[in-house]
Amino acid sequence: MNIYLKLMWAYFKIGLFGFGGGYAMLSLIQNEVVDSGWITSQMFTDIVAISQMTPGPIGINSATYIGYSVIQAMGYGQAACIAGSMLATTAVVLPSFLITYWICRLYVKLRQNPVFSAVLNSFKPMVIGLLAAATIVLVTPSTFPDYISWIIFAAAFAITMWAKASPILTIVLAGIAGYLIYA
Amino acid sequence: MNNIYLQLFITFFKIGLFTFGGGWAMISIIQREIVERHHWISQEDFIDLLAVAQSMPGILAVNISTVIGDRLRGLRGSMAAALGTILPSFCIILAIAIFLTPDVIKNNAIVARVFKGIRPAVVALIIAPVITTARTAGITWRTVIIPIAVALLIYSKLPVVSNPILYIVLGAMGGYIYFTHRSLNKEGGKA
Repeated sequence: MNIYLKLMWAYFKIGLFGFGGGYAMLSLIQNEVVDSGWITSQMFTDIVAISQMTPGPIGINSATYIGYSVIQAMGYGQAACIAGSMLATTAVVLPSFLITYWICRLYVKLRQNPVFSAVLNSFKPMVIGLLAAATIVLVTPSTFPDYISWIIFAAAFAITMWAKASPILTIVLAGIAGYLIYA
Repeated sequence: MNNIYLQLFITFFKIGLFTFGGGWAMISIIQREIVERHHWISQEDFIDLLAVAQSMPGILAVNISTVIGDRLRGLRGSMAAALGTILPSFCIILAIAIFLTPDVIKNNAIVARVFKGIRPAVVALIIAPVITTARTAGITWRTVIIPIAVALLIYSKLPVVSNPILYIVLGAMGGYIYFTHRSLNKEGGKA
């Protein structure tokens, strides 16, 4: 069915072009999944939160969750939704697996290849740009509905930057704060 | 019976189950299990394999398990390792997707409050690495224009320039051009 193909194609691209680790992929995921209208920006933020609280990389976690909820939002039954999550997850890991497996065979000592170091180094400014883009896109009224959310933001930022708090701890504290404050 | 494929699968399944934070967090645990505990690979080989995995696109955790599995038992080894890494996240998130649906998050009173508190914190979590990465990457006042330009262009949502894939491709091309430009200069100097 058409939606399955679109889902797989979107996550194949995410798996293929995701350089720089988890957060850098966020911008890619946003572009493919939020901009196309499959999920809202708010839902995207929630998925990132869930991914932080559970084991596994954001790429896989978002593929599984979004694969399921996109099909569910279209009104299909549970089997179809599970199929969606399996297909999206397969699509996102396939490029990793195939490329890594084949290139591993061809180049034994890649570390000494200077082309690779040059390419990797030039990625850094780009990756920072991608991270910054992901951040900007998330600053919306649904993420920051009132001044309290800005206080939570500042507190979370402070403990992450200076107390080196783990993401899980930060989210748990923020969740508790939300529960208590928004009663 | 000690089946190496099963052992690979179980080892990476355990690692995948208990590692929060993706590939980077996995590295030290993988080293402890694969190099120190099981003695499947030497430390030097591990470092080389890690470098390969980090140079590849895609999900770091999958890349690492693929190269290690391949080193041990070729294609089937890499499949066993990769599957072990992927399965825990997949199962847990699938369970969450079934019960914690977007509907529940929006309409359940308690869950809605909790997530209202969580959302701004998530933005803070994403912004913090932006700053620390910028520092370690040696971004100066001159070079900071690159990330700013990239971020704004992506945010603009204009047709071609807002696609992050463009910047990844440009980044790769830029590195390649810089490298070949440099080696041409070196040869010119010798002559």
